[in-house]
Amino acid sequence: MDLGDILLAVAIMLGKSLLMLVALLIFIAYALYADRKVWAAVQLRRGPNVVGPWGLLQSFADLLKFVLKEPVIPAPANKGMFLLAPLVMCTLSLAAWAVIPLNAGWAIADINVGILYIFAISSLGVYGVIMGGWASNSKYPFLGALRSAAQMVSYEVSIGFVIVTVLMCAGTLNLSAIVESQNTRLGLFGWYWLPLFPMFVVFFISAMAETNRPPFDLPEAESELVAGYMVEYSSTPYLLFMLGEYVAIMTMCALGTILFLGGWLSPIPFAPFTWVPGVIWFVLKASFLFLLIAMVKALVPRYRYDQLMRLGWKVFLPLSLAMVVIVAAVLMATGNAPGVR
Amino acid sequence: MTVTAAFFYLFATITVASGFMVIASRNPVQSVLFLILAFVNAAGLFLMMGAEFLAMILVIVYVGAVAVLFLFVVMMLDVDFAALRQGFLQYLPVGGVIGVIFLLELILVVGAYAVDPGLVRSPAVPIPAPDVMTNTEALGQVLYTRYFYFFQAAGLILLVAMIGAIVLTLRERVGVRRQDISKQNARTQETAVEVRKVPFRQGI
Repeated sequence: MDLGDILLAVAIMLGKSLLMLVALLIFIAYALYADRKVWAAVQLRRGPNVVGPWGLLQSFADLLKFVLKEPVIPAPANKGMFLLAPLVMCTLSLAAWAVIPLNAGWAIADINVGILYIFAISSLGVYGVIMGGWASNSKYPFLGALRSAAQMVSYEVSIGFVIVTVLMCAGTLNLSAIVESQNTRLGLFGWYWLPLFPMFVVFFISAMAETNRPPFDLPEAESELVAGYMVEYSSTPYLLFMLGEYVAIMTMCALGTILFLGGWLSPIPFAPFTWVPGVIWFVLKASFLFLLIAMVKALVPRYRYDQLMRLGWKVFLPLSLAMVVIVAAVLMATGNAPGVR
Repeated sequence: MTVTAAFFYLFATITVASGFMVIASRNPVQSVLFLILAFVNAAGLFLMMGAEFLAMILVIVYVGAVAVLFLFVVMMLDVDFAALRQGFLQYLPVGGVIGVIFLLELILVVGAYAVDPGLVRSPAVPIPAPDVMTNTEALGQVLYTRYFYFFQAAGLILLVAMIGAIVLTLRERVGVRRQDISKQNARTQETAVEVRKVPFRQGI
């Protein structure tokens, strides 16, 4: 392999990544808008409706506002780490999208251990929060950081077991292969959400807790901690934190789509539905999960911290452990376990 | 091949340098962050050798869980750095002697270490070949068959450690009103509300 080939491969990879990044960020801009609109509609308000037709350009106006404001760095803060934290948060959550297959063969990197990669990256997201909270050198951010560290570590455990149950059914760690394993003649009813319904619920709730999404947004609970770990942040660093959070939420939606809702597969497995490009199904399914998450934000009051910990350790952990055993037993008893010789 | 070598030296240099910074940096929080950097780069080295499963597990377990708890503890410590450095010269001779002894022992052990010539001829070839079986599957095949008892023993040791940690930190406090969710959910209108007729101008 000479230098030309290597440079070409690098250029193609960069192009793909850039395309994914731009598409993702534009999608996030409208997801943010949709989030606020849903929230407003539930509360009988109008929501953003001033910038652009129906307020469609609101997110871009917000972006401009954040970028043009002055970033304030508090005097006692650890300056380097204070600025590093939002970068870590944003970069890590964007990095997860390198392995997500939007359509058959559309992943930037279709690696064998894709699901472990996403799990690893999402478990690293906590560092942005902890570093930000610690580097601010102030009380509320510190408390917020401690809360989020405990919370994210707790819910990772149950998400891990949920993933294990799906992996046992699929028999692979490759995300594309997990989607393909749901490709049956049953269509919609062959996806894993139906046989593993309790795990789907556990995953949905844990995903919200893992991404600090209401009703589990205790690290940034405004009634107790002002804005938690983000108190001292302003302008672009704040924007990066918020962006990272929304990207992480979209990652969880995409992961839920891949694990439980059949990824790019059509819900009705015959023409004309199979003519629709898979990426459209994928986006529709991820948007549906995001709508559910947005509705939960509007409908459910915030949890208390001890209730959150109880839910994670005393309800979800035993439930998901039991499901791992049950699913394994059923697969072995019916002889459907993939990869067992 | 040159690209592979370049990446190897990049990861290896960062791993060693950040490993050094773990013990050299004054601030314990920075030490932990350098430790994390070392872990991530070690995962990169694993990836380069084709051990993708080990690389991901290293990131998930060490970076995602263990180091978070380290950081959690270190952030809450209120370390007085001046007091820490106070007895430095006083302890230097003892520490130096111990360090030299360890170094000598390490040299003795590593100096007598010889690499199997069969390994040298076929460096870093995973068995079986990666196109036959992914290394996750290969690990699973040996871990749950040939090394099953070792696997169980490791699990048992972790269980004992966990129980030990819980027993050490558990303390019974009296007079604490705990919330019992099942008790709360079992309450009905009959058990929770009592309807009484209150006599006029007398109260209950």
